[in-house]
Amino acid sequence: MSDESATTAYDDFLEGLAEGESYFLECPPGHASLPPRYACPDCGATDLEERPLPESGTVTASTVIRVPAPAFAGEAPYVLAIAEFGSIRLTGKLLEVDPDEENIEPGTPISVTTERVGEENIIAFRLR
Amino acid sequence: MEDVHIAGVGMTEFGRHPDRTGRELFGEAAHKALVDANVPRDDIEALLYGNFMGGFAEGQNHQGPLMADAAGLTVPATRYESACASSGIAVREAVKKVRSGEADVLLVGGMERMTNNPTSVVTEALATAGDDLYESRVGLTFPGAYALMADAYFDAYGAERADLAHIAVKNHANAVENELAQYRNAIDVDDVLEAPMVADPVGLYDASPITDGASALVVVSESYAEANDLQTEVAITGTGQGADSLSLQSRESLIRTPAAEQAAEEAYEDAGIGPDDIDVAEVHDCFTIAEVLALESLGFYEPGTGYAAARDGETTRDGELPVNLSGGLKAKGHPVGATGAAQLVELTKLLRGDHVNSDAVTDAETALTHNAGATVASAVVHVLEVVQ
Ligand SMILES: [Zn+2]
Repeated sequence: MSDESATTAYDDFLEGLAEGESYFLECPPGHASLPPRYACPDCGATDLEERPLPESGTVTASTVIRVPAPAFAGEAPYVLAIAEFGSIRLTGKLLEVDPDEENIEPGTPISVTTERVGEENIIAFRLR
Repeated sequence: MEDVHIAGVGMTEFGRHPDRTGRELFGEAAHKALVDANVPRDDIEALLYGNFMGGFAEGQNHQGPLMADAAGLTVPATRYESACASSGIAVREAVKKVRSGEADVLLVGGMERMTNNPTSVVTEALATAGDDLYESRVGLTFPGAYALMADAYFDAYGAERADLAHIAVKNHANAVENELAQYRNAIDVDDVLEAPMVADPVGLYDASPITDGASALVVVSESYAEANDLQTEVAITGTGQGADSLSLQSRESLIRTPAAEQAAEEAYEDAGIGPDDIDVAEVHDCFTIAEVLALESLGFYEPGTGYAAARDGETTRDGELPVNLSGGLKAKGHPVGATGAAQLVELTKLLRGDHVNSDAVTDAETALTHNAGATVASAVVHVLEVVQ
């Protein structure tokens, strides 16, 4: 596990999501990426600027995890989705949805937040 | 450039080996390959070895020297790790060494020990093949990642679970006579559809099992084979490797696997052939949807049409292009690090005529393997041809 006192660019990113100050990284030619990131994955540029992530996204694809990893043993079954926020996609847990009652269609509007699972904050979505 | 011939192949039974350590499993596969090759042990110049989760499964990294020792060799030995493509990539590196003249005789293979761990630990280990920060930490499992791809594919093309079920049925049917396969029971479409769900729409019978096993090949230069009067019948005539972003979310599309497209294009060009020349293929069906994406990326089917191939009998044993005659990962089993090399072991036997399913492909001369790492962030394709 990581040093408790140190925070990475990923921790900062999650904190931004939790506080409603979500962002992504953009290089001068306009390629989008996510932290932690030293260089743009498309062009290698290192002068990456934080840009606000759109508040609303849409579901690209979703699944219901029924056989979870150990850290999520108490959570299953749960809905996981990949969702698009402008030029960025994120993967996260869809909150407040009964996996056996609701079928999440592609295009469903959502917003991004975080949720506590065990000791960790994770990327999560809410229906809009 | 030296041509690369397969002198010998060996595999353990794939399945549960609770009483056997990894070194015993690889020792058996290597021994069988060396006996099959009839090459003096002293002529082996190096071991190229694939393994994925040795650190999790047996607390054992640095497996190269351990496995050379298990094979009765003291030669330079390197472990290659590219998730489920580990030993396919080891084979590719062996091909490059022989072609360049750097080596004449190499042992290449892989091993994975998995069933000695609880399913939860295996699930955790497999998830490390994805992006730690953006996939594993949000609770995305390996089956879950393929479930997202299947969900997107269904949405784009209107395919259904029942279409994919035919792939599992086909691969189980192929494994029934294969004495090395983990699951030798025939199943039907209802068995697949009624099995418990792992990650919707991926059910238990859409998924390859947790497996122990090892595989090995002895590859030689054509000039070594001639000088030593080896009766090599199969050559590796094409190799290709492709890449993609590790995480699904970073990709342009969830329903295409460009890494496999690149690998196939390179391997076809290398062998001087095209997809229409392939008589039989072993593809990476870790999940039923993965076989569909493989068929489409290899150029056998247009995007959005591969899902019907098994259902329509085109990739079954009697079809135009038999796919996964060994039983595939689904029924033969998927000891992750052994899988890529095992595909070449099975195809070599199918082409030589000494595989239990060889009678399905008696005229086959050209074959293809497709081995993918995780959600196809790595892909490696090989073309095999009969040379005698
Ligand atoms: Zn850029």
